[in-house]
Amino acid sequence: MLSPELGHYALALACIFAAAQGILPLIGAHRRDRRVMMLAPGLALGQLFALAISFLCLVYAAVTDDFSVQNVAANSAVTKPLLYKITGVWGNHEGSVLLWALILGICGAAVAAFGRNLPSALRARVIAVLGAVAAGFELFCLTTSDPFARVWPAPMDGQGMNPLLQDPGLAFHPPILYTGYVGFAVPFAFAIAALMEGRVDAAWGRWVRPWAVAAWCFLTCGIALGSWWSYYVLGWGGYWFWDPVENASLIPWLTGTALIHSAIVVEKREGLKIWTVLLAIATFSFSLSGTFLVRSGILNSVHAFANDPARGIFILGLLGVVIGGSLALFAYRAPALTAGGLFAPVSREGALVLNNILLCSICAVVVTGTMYPPFMSLLFDRTISVGKPFFDATTIPLALPLFVFMGFGPMLPWKRAQLWPVLQRLWLAAIVTAIAFLVAAFGVSGVLPVLSCGVAVWIIAASITDITERVRLFRMPLAGSLQRARMLPRSVFGTALAHAGVGVTVLGLAAMSQAQHKIVEVPVGTTEHLAGYDWTLTNVTQEPGPNYSALVATIEIHHNGRLVTVMHPSKRSFNSQNQTTTEVSIHTNLLADLYGVLGDKHGTDAAPTYVLRLHYNPLAPWMWLGALIMAIGGALSLSDRRMRVGAPRRAKLSSETVTAA
Amino acid sequence: MMPLLTPLRRLRRMLPALLVGVSILLAPVLVLAVDDPSEMLPDPKQEARAEAIGSQLRCLVCQNESIEDSGAGLARDLRKVVREHVAKGETDKQIMDWMVDRYGNFIRLSPPLSVGTLLLWSMPVLALLLGLTTAFFAYRRRAAAPAAPPPLSDDEKARLAKLTKD
Amino acid sequence: MSTSPDNENLTRRRLMMGLPLAGAAVLGVGFWKMLAGMQRGSFNPHDINAPVLNRPVPEFTVPDQAPGQGFSAQDLRGLTKPVLVNFFASWCIPCLAEMPTLMSLKDDLTLWGIAYKDRPENAANFLKHSGNPFTRLGSDHDGRIGMEWGISGVPETFLVGPGGIIRWHTATPLDVDTIRNTLIPLLEKLKAS
Repeated sequence: MLSPELGHYALALACIFAAAQGILPLIGAHRRDRRVMMLAPGLALGQLFALAISFLCLVYAAVTDDFSVQNVAANSAVTKPLLYKITGVWGNHEGSVLLWALILGICGAAVAAFGRNLPSALRARVIAVLGAVAAGFELFCLTTSDPFARVWPAPMDGQGMNPLLQDPGLAFHPPILYTGYVGFAVPFAFAIAALMEGRVDAAWGRWVRPWAVAAWCFLTCGIALGSWWSYYVLGWGGYWFWDPVENASLIPWLTGTALIHSAIVVEKREGLKIWTVLLAIATFSFSLSGTFLVRSGILNSVHAFANDPARGIFILGLLGVVIGGSLALFAYRAPALTAGGLFAPVSREGALVLNNILLCSICAVVVTGTMYPPFMSLLFDRTISVGKPFFDATTIPLALPLFVFMGFGPMLPWKRAQLWPVLQRLWLAAIVTAIAFLVAAFGVSGVLPVLSCGVAVWIIAASITDITERVRLFRMPLAGSLQRARMLPRSVFGTALAHAGVGVTVLGLAAMSQAQHKIVEVPVGTTEHLAGYDWTLTNVTQEPGPNYSALVATIEIHHNGRLVTVMHPSKRSFNSQNQTTTEVSIHTNLLADLYGVLGDKHGTDAAPTYVLRLHYNPLAPWMWLGALIMAIGGALSLSDRRMRVGAPRRAKLSSETVTAA
Repeated sequence: MMPLLTPLRRLRRMLPALLVGVSILLAPVLVLAVDDPSEMLPDPKQEARAEAIGSQLRCLVCQNESIEDSGAGLARDLRKVVREHVAKGETDKQIMDWMVDRYGNFIRLSPPLSVGTLLLWSMPVLALLLGLTTAFFAYRRRAAAPAAPPPLSDDEKARLAKLTKD
Repeated sequence: MSTSPDNENLTRRRLMMGLPLAGAAVLGVGFWKMLAGMQRGSFNPHDINAPVLNRPVPEFTVPDQAPGQGFSAQDLRGLTKPVLVNFFASWCIPCLAEMPTLMSLKDDLTLWGIAYKDRPENAANFLKHSGNPFTRLGSDHDGRIGMEWGISGVPETFLVGPGGIIRWHTATPLDVDTIRNTLIPLLEKLKAS
C-alpha cells in the first residue's frame, strides 16, 4: 500500500498543491477576491496531507527493509534497531530534504489553522509565500534528490548506518534543528506579505512575533542538542568548534534573536519596522543558505561532496530566487514604508536597538569568518583557515557588552528613560555581581573566565531583580506581591527566564575553561587522582553486543573515601563497518561532570595496560541547561495571552477592516 | 590524502544531510579517541605551552579542528613535533614559523593580519561602527524632522480605508 | 505613503534599501563562480596549497626502501631532467588505484617514490603486486620527511624540475586527464626554458 511509488506521486502532488498555494492566493489577495483567497488554507492542508503520505511511505520503506529503494539500501540494514530505522530516514541528504519540506508544510498548515484571526489578505499572502518556497524545495527533492529512487537488482541487505549516528541524541537533533530553521519561514512570509501590502504596523509585529519566538525556541534547543551530542560522543569533552557547519546554525540564531527583540519595538512603538522586515528576511535566508550551502561542498572542508554538482547549482538557483527575490522586493517596497517614531537613546527601545547592533555585529563577524576562506581562495588563490582562536578573539569582546546591557534593558521604561533610577534599582544585583567577581578572581584562573563569571551572575541577578522590582517584593506585604506577580504578564517572566538562561549558559562556558583532564596508561587496579576524586580502574572485560563487541572498563570514583559512582566507559568494535567507537561514561551532579573514556589496550595479554582519559568538567551541564531555560522562557512568553495570534480581538477587528474592507 | 580520509568520506557523504549542526565532529572518533599519554611532555608547564601552541594549529585533514583536538594520524605527528620543539626550548614564534614554512598559513587557525585578511580582522569594529553610526544618523534625522502629527486612531484609519477603497 | 517629502531623501533611502540585495548578489556570484569552478575542476576550496611550489626541495634524506635505493635533496638538486616524486603507502587505497597511471608514465618520465608511514616489507609487497614504476625508492617511516614536503596524506605527487626546484604539486591521485592537461604542458614549458 505505502509503496515508494505512492510516496513519489504524493510528493509530486504536494509540489502541485504547493505551486497552486503559491500562486492562487496571491491573485486572490490582489483582486481582493475572498473566494480565491479562501483557497489558501485548503491548499496548505492538502499539501501537508500529501507530504505526510509521502514521508510515511519513506518511513514504511525503511521500517520494512525495502532495499529496492536506493535510499534505504544505502543507509539502512536488517540488523539496525527499529528506532534508528525510523530516525535514519532523515539521516541522509534525500530524506532530510523531504523532512525539511514536511516541516515547511506543517508551518503553512499551522498558519492556515491558527491564523484565522489574521486579516484575510495578509493570511492569504503569508500562506502563498510559504507555498512558493515549499514548491521550490519539493521540486528540488523530485528532480535532484529523489528519496524514492529504486535500485535494481535490490541488494539482500543494506549498507547500514554509521554506528556513530545510531545515537538517540543525534536521532532527534535534525528534526528539532530543522523546525527551528524552517520555522523562520513564517516570519519571512509575513515580511514578504507586508512588503507586498506596503504596510507594517503594530498588529503585524504582534502577529509575527509568536512565530519567530517559537522558531527561536526550537533553534536554541537544536543547537544545544548538537553541542551536547558532540560533548558526549567525541570523547574529549569538546562542545563547540566554530566549524562552518555549526556556524551555519549559529548565524540564523543570532539574527533570529535580534528579530524577536526588534519585533517588540514594532509591536509596542511602531519603530524599527523596516529593520525588522529585513531581519525576518535575513534570518530565513541565512537558515536556507546555511543548511544548503553546507551541502554544496563549498563550506564543507576536506574532499567530500563532489558527488552531484547539479545539486549545488539547483540549490544556488533556488536560493537566488528565494533570497534574491525577497531582497529585490525589499529594495523596491521598503523605501516607501513609513518610518517609525522618535525615541530617546536611553529608553527600552534604545536598549533593544543596542541589542540588535551588538547581535548583528557578532553575526557579521561569524558570517565573515565562515565565508572568508573560500572567498580568499577564489579571489586571491590563497588558502587560509579561520578557526576557534579567531572567533574567540573577535566575538567575545562583542558579546561581553551585550551581556552587560542585557541586565539594564528590560528595566528601562519605553520612550524616554533615566539611567539613574534603573541603576538604583539594580544596586543589589550590582553587589552580588561584585561579590561574584571577587570570588571568581580568587577561584578562577584567567581574565576572561573571571569577566564571564561576573557578567553571567550579573545577567541572572538583574533578571531576578526585574521580577522582584515589578512585584515590589519586600516593599509591600507578601500577599500584595503575589497578587502583583499573578497580574504580571507571562511574557515578563519569559523574558527574565530567557535572559537568566543566557547567564546560566555563560556561567557554564566560563567554568568549562577551568576543566581539568588527565590521560594515563595504567594496568587494572590503579588509582588516579584528579580534581579531588580518586578514580580506580577496577576491571576491564570483553562483552558482546548486538552487532559489535565491546571492551568495557569499570572505574570506581571515590571522593574523600566515599563511593561517588561506578562508571563503565567502553570501546565498541563494529565488525560490519570495520569501525570502533568510544562510549563515554559521564556522571553528573549538575555542578560538575565526571567524564571517563576508555582508550587503547597496550602491553602484553598477560599484563595489559589501558589508556584512560579522565575529565573533570565543572558546570558543564549548565551550558545546555541554560539553552533549555532560554527555550522555556520563550515558550512561557508564547503562552502569554497577548502573544497568542490575533489575541486582542478589538485590535484585530479594526485592522481587518483596514486591510480587507 | 585520500586514505586517511576514506572512512571520513564515506561517513561524510551521509552526514551533511543529517548533521547540519555537528557533522564533522565525527571525524576524530573514527580514527582514535584517546591520545597516547606517552605523547605528553613530563613537565606540566611545557605541556601546557605545547597545548596552547597546538590549539592554534589546524589539523590539515580535518574540518576546523586543532591538532590538539583531532585524532587523525597527521595531527598526532604534528603534536609530537610541537612537543619536541617545545622541549628543545624554541619560542612560540619559532615553532609557528616552522609550521607555516611547511604548510602555509592554512595551518594557522587564526590567520595572520595581512592586506588580504584586513577585512576579516576589522569586521568586529567595522560592523559595530556601521551599526552605531546608522542608528545615530537615523536618530538625528528624526530628531531634526518636525514633530510628526499624531497618528490616526484605529477608528479614523478604518473610516479612511472605507472611504478610499470602496 | 512616504513620510519624506524631498526626493533626495527618498533616493538615499532607496539606495540604502538596495544594499542588502547588492551584498547578497555579490555573495551569490561568488558562490556561483566557486560551484562552476568546482565542476570544471579549476577550483577546489579545500586545497591546502602547501607553500613548497617554486622552492628548492627541502633538506632530507630517505633511507633505502626495497627494492630501490634511497635518495636525498642533493640527488634531486643535481639532476638536469625533471623527476616526479610520489608519496605512497601500501595502506592507501587511492594509491593502489593510481599505480597503473604511474606505470604507464615510467617509460617517459623518471619517477622516484617515497613510502609514507609504511612498513618496509608491506611497501615492498605492495610494489611487487602493483608493479614498480620507481627508479629510486625511499622510506619515510615516521612521516617526518612528508612533513618537510608539506604533505597532508597520500598519495601526493611533486614535479621537481632541474636544479631541484618544485614546479608542481597535487594532492589527488594522478589520472590521465591531469597528465594530459597539466603535467605534459608543464613539462614542455620546462624543456623550452
